[in-house]
Order: sequence, then structure tokens, then C-alpha cells
Amino acid sequence: MIKKIFFQSIFFNLFFFKEVFGAESGGMPQLNPEFWISQIFWLTLTFGVLYIILSKLILPKISSNLELRKSQIQDNIEAADKRRESSEAKLKEYDNIVLKSKSDAKNILGDAKENALKEINAKKETIEKQIDEEIEKAEQEINVLKKSAPEKINRIAKEMASEILKKLIGSEINNSSISAIVDDLSKKNGDKYYGN
Amino acid sequence: MAANPMTQFEVYRIGPEIKIGAFDISFTNASLFMVISSLAILVIFNLGSKKNSLLPNKIQLLAEISYTFVSKMISDTAGSKAKPYFSFIFSLFMFVLFCNMFGMIPYTFTVTSHIIVTFVLAAFIFIAVTVIGFIKHGFGYLKLFVPSGVPIVLLPLIVIIEIISYLSRPISLSVRLFANMMAGHTMMKVFGGFVISLGVVGGWLPLSFSVALTGLEILVAFLQAYVFAILTCIYLNDALNLHH
Repeated sequence: MIKKIFFQSIFFNLFFFKEVFGAESGGMPQLNPEFWISQIFWLTLTFGVLYIILSKLILPKISSNLELRKSQIQDNIEAADKRRESSEAKLKEYDNIVLKSKSDAKNILGDAKENALKEINAKKETIEKQIDEEIEKAEQEINVLKKSAPEKINRIAKEMASEILKKLIGSEINNSSISAIVDDLSKKNGDKYYGN
Repeated sequence: MAANPMTQFEVYRIGPEIKIGAFDISFTNASLFMVISSLAILVIFNLGSKKNSLLPNKIQLLAEISYTFVSKMISDTAGSKAKPYFSFIFSLFMFVLFCNMFGMIPYTFTVTSHIIVTFVLAAFIFIAVTVIGFIKHGFGYLKLFVPSGVPIVLLPLIVIIEIISYLSRPISLSVRLFANMMAGHTMMKVFGGFVISLGVVGGWLPLSFSVALTGLEILVAFLQAYVFAILTCIYLNDALNLHH
């Protein structure tokens, strides 16, 4: 505050005591009013020109440059966002396609397996049926053979017995007695010979 | 050059004496550095605004950083109403800054170390701000001198103090800049003189001091330009937004 008052007093005194401080007086050259008017004139001129050129030509350009850059950057960011979104959508689509094709492949595989199993089962069944039929047939044949077997054997036994007796005795023997004996034997020991 | 540290502030005529009526408006070294500062500002900012590339080059970046710096300073201190005065405050800040910075080059002249220059600037700001205040608020602008919430007893005293402080604004504004520049440059000159007088043996200490002072003075040159501009913003804020 004291400094301020000091300077103020010097400053205002100078309006009245020009002669006190000469140019080479050794005091402050700032307080020599010789070139004050010149300084005021040139300050007004240079600062005025500077202000007019800056405010009319240069500053609007800088401001528009800044605005333009801002909007450009904003646009770029928006465009980048859009592209990212579209790429994300495409990625999703791609994932969906992959998932779908995977499930399709699974389905196809399952179907094929099922079909194959079905076919195999059907073939198995028919083959088993055929086998069963053939087995049945064979069993029937065997049964028929089995049933006819004692008769044949009896007959063979009768013939053989009559032949053997003929050779032993040398005369004909009543066939009916031989068959009676064989029948009797086969009835007695049939179980032992033929099973069942 | 004499050892007198004040000779660096002397104004002398360059070229012929020009007179308009009784007024001497000769071109002086002070005028020269005003012209140089203004031209430097115009050249730098013209180059910085010429081309608009998305990735600014160095000079464009400089111009744009200065622009946003000043615009932020104004909007922070005086609000959005001060937008029409942006060009003026920008020019003022740049002019003072460049004058201060050119003064830091050896053998140059510091325009802002002259009280008449800073006083004309400050007086213009003071008158302009007062006129703006009266245009915006009419006689309501006088409410600036009556702070709210002051006891009635103290009011006359406060009003007188407020009026004095308001009227001393141009003086404090101009003297702050002028005294800072003058004191800094004088001190540098004094230490420079010590380097010479102490010679090779003892001159190293003032030399290193002088180097440190140069850094400090560059800081002060920027800071004083900033203070000058921000005080203008604050005065403008008073005129635009009365008591808020």
C-alpha cells in the first residue's frame, strides 16, 4: 500500500513538475514525459491494429477450426461406433450360424444313427424270424423222423430177425410171431432205445 | 553503456521527429517493440490458424492452446456473458505477454516497463468496464459500492473504502505490471554489473544468480500478463454480473 501511494504521488506530481526529471537525470526514465504522447499514440495504434486483425480475421478462424475439429472427431467416433456395432452384429450372426450348423450336424448324425439302428433292428428281426422258422421246420422234420424211427427200426429188426432165423434154421418161420416179439420188445425197451 | 541499471529503460527516437500539432509522436524504440510484439503475435496466430488439419502441427497447437487457455480463463472468472469481450482480453493478454517476453531478450526494450503504457491500458480497461457497468445496470451499478450484509453503522465507511478501491483499480493494475517489470529488469542489470565488476574470481556467484533470475523473470513475465488479463476479467465480471 505504501509502495502504491509512493508511485501514485510520483506519477501525479509529474504532470506538474516536468523539469524535475530530465532524460539524463539519473532518475527513472519512465517518469520523463518527453515521449509519453508518442508512446500513447503508438500503443493505441499497434494495439488497435492488433485487436482489429485478431478479432476480425484470426480468432474466428481459430474458433471455427476448433469447432470443426470437435465435430470431425465426434463424427469419427460415431462412425467408429457404428462400425463396431455392425461388426458385433455380424459376429453374432456368424456365431448363430455356427451354432445352428453345429446343431444341424448333431441332428443329422442322430437321425442317421437312428435310421441305421432301425434298419439293423429290422434286419435282425427278419433274420431271427427266418432262423426261428427254419429251426421250427427242422425240429418238425426231426420230430417226424423221430416218430417214424421206431417203426422203421422195428421193421428192420423184424426183417433181420427173419433172415437170421432163416439162415440158422434153414426154414421159413412165421413172420407174425417174429413181429409180435419185436413189438413186444420195442414196447418194453422203447424208452431205453429212443430217448424221450 | 553506463553501469546505471536504469539506462535500459530510456526511450529514444528512431528516425525523424514527427509532430502533430504540439504533440511529438516520433517513432521510438518503445514503438519499435510494440510493433515487433504485435507483428509477432499476428504472424504466429496467422500461421496457427491458416491450415486446419485434424492433427495440428506445432504452431497450430500453440495457437489453439492459447485460445482455449484464454477462453477458459474468461469463462471461469467472468462467466458466459463475457464472451463478446473475448477478443479484447485475448489481444490484451497476448500483447502484454509478448511485450514482457521480448523484454527478456538482452539489449531489447521492455514496453511494459513504462508506467505510461500500462497506465493507458489500465485506464482504458477501467473506463470501458465502468461504461459497460452503467450500460448494463444503469444507476444500479452504484450498488457495487454497497456490499450486502454490512451493518448500517459501518455502511458509510465501507462505501467510501469501496469507492476508493474501485478508483484505485487502474493505478494498482498499471503499477503492478510496470513495477514488476521494472524491478525485475533492474535487478538483472544490477547482477549483470556485479559479474563485470567482480571479474573472473568473484563473478561466478552473481552470474549463477543472474541465470536463476532470468528463469524467474520469464516466469514473472508470464505471470504478470496472466494477472493483468485475469484482473481485467474480474473487473469485467463486476460490471456484467453485479453481486452474485
